[in-house]
Amino acid sequence: MNLDELYQEVILDHYKHPRGAGLREPFEGESHQVNPTCGDEITLRVHVEGDKVADVSYENVGCSISKASASVLYELVNGSTVDDALARLAEFTELMNSKGQAEGDEETLEDAVAFAGVSKYPMRVKCALLGWMAFKDALVRASTPGRTEA
Amino acid sequence: MEAASKLDVESIRADFPILRRMIGDKPLAYLDSAATSQKPVQVVEAMRRFTDHSNANISRSVHTLGSEATEAYEGARAKVAAFIGAPSPDEVVFTKNSTEAINLLAYAFQNAAFDPSADPRFKLGPGDEIVVTEMEHHANLIPWQQLALRTGATLKWIGVTDHGRLDLGCVPEVITERCKVVSFTAVSNLLGTVNPTSQITARAREVGALVGLDASQSVPHIPVDVTELGVDFIAFTGHKMLGPTGIGVLWAKADLLDAMPPFLTGGSMIKTVTMEKTVFAPAPAKFEAGTPPIAEAVGLAAAVDYLDKLGMENVRNHEKELAGYMLEQLETVDGLEVVGPRVPIGRSATVSFTFEGVHPHDVGQVLDAEGIAVRVGHHCAKPVCDRFGVNATTRASGYVYNTREEIDRLVEALGQVRKVFG
Repeated sequence: MNLDELYQEVILDHYKHPRGAGLREPFEGESHQVNPTCGDEITLRVHVEGDKVADVSYENVGCSISKASASVLYELVNGSTVDDALARLAEFTELMNSKGQAEGDEETLEDAVAFAGVSKYPMRVKCALLGWMAFKDALVRASTPGRTEA
Repeated sequence: MEAASKLDVESIRADFPILRRMIGDKPLAYLDSAATSQKPVQVVEAMRRFTDHSNANISRSVHTLGSEATEAYEGARAKVAAFIGAPSPDEVVFTKNSTEAINLLAYAFQNAAFDPSADPRFKLGPGDEIVVTEMEHHANLIPWQQLALRTGATLKWIGVTDHGRLDLGCVPEVITERCKVVSFTAVSNLLGTVNPTSQITARAREVGALVGLDASQSVPHIPVDVTELGVDFIAFTGHKMLGPTGIGVLWAKADLLDAMPPFLTGGSMIKTVTMEKTVFAPAPAKFEAGTPPIAEAVGLAAAVDYLDKLGMENVRNHEKELAGYMLEQLETVDGLEVVGPRVPIGRSATVSFTFEGVHPHDVGQVLDAEGIAVRVGHHCAKPVCDRFGVNATTRASGYVYNTREEIDRLVEALGQVRKVFG
């Protein structure tokens, strides 16, 4: 079992120095997600302006993988268009479901390719996807007014 | 160390082929028996022999295999009954696991609500109370929670002190004249606390409530005698006591089983049936609808034989020693905090801990890379996690085949965790 492959420097760095952490206003959609197997939790908000993701803010408790993944998510989608953000979501989900077979495109996924190794550990894939699931859900809620609570 | 272990751990280990497994290039150190124990060759062999030689459905077959299978299944029941000091094998009901055993009991109350002729001991409604503790596994919490919701009864609980013990001082207030049933864990699966039972059972008797134990973490590890305990029911499971998965036990006093409406209905649990009406068979058959786990019962009987041969007193002493050593060694690790009693008195060899700044999931992952299997998460005991303000813990649990060397490896590997996340 190669731990370095799982706990890449990039991941540990995001874990220790999370980008964009904390809950901010304004926001149109908020999602609370829980991983029942380990008790990891995230509350994530999105603020959409026109076709842009103007802010992603979050508060979470969890393991290094889930916390680093939320930080990487912030870097990737904050300030991008909603369409681009959804494309990253699809790409990252595919990478996580690749069972170690995919490497990920560094051009588009940037730091998130460091999670390629995580896809070999089925028990940890859910950790890596928790923040992304919250993002997806919050986006849906943002486009459905009146539904902000989980 | 007091009471030197009388277990020959080396020869015990030889009976468990899985303990020779390598995880990557590291030998396995299995410290997760509180989740499920490993099975000795004797258990696997007994099941294989039964399947290869005597497999048939039980009860009504007149052919040779059928009677051998019935004998094996009923023999397993008798063996389990003797193991827990039950007055009669008929008081032993085979279930799927502890969870089903506790549900069977909770549903007896629920079903009694619809039956005007039901025994008043099982009649629950608004104003009546059910008592559990704050340290229950979800298996002994949620069935009662649901029962309270459906009947309008109130669920109450005995709290846990900062030291991880039951707050027995509040027992007289929590268990009142309105209480109909008290169900509490004998040994906490997360804290490792071995609960004293007499004060709670005495109070339950005083108010006329039924009282029983979730014995999932006690029957595999300490001598249990239901008569001595003076309880009405206990639930436990085969796979935590060297037996197979898929079989558990509800033991209850004969007169209670007689009074309880059945949980599952169908084949094998009847006396007479017409299109309009059914008369149920007496217990335990009344509670064993459908084809039961027959090979699993055979496996469980072999596990009971194995534990009997070791001697449950010896098992207890071995684990007491392990618990003491584990606590002593873990306390030397910087940033580690034990969740639960910190002294090896009234304590099982199950130790939960947090590790400053590192999430249990990450601890477990690094330990796995060292070949060490521990459990991480909330261990199906979320309320007790909340009680101690933690989201999750890392839990190491020992059994008959664990050694001090494995605990040394655990402690050493925790240094490795520190290195990765330091």
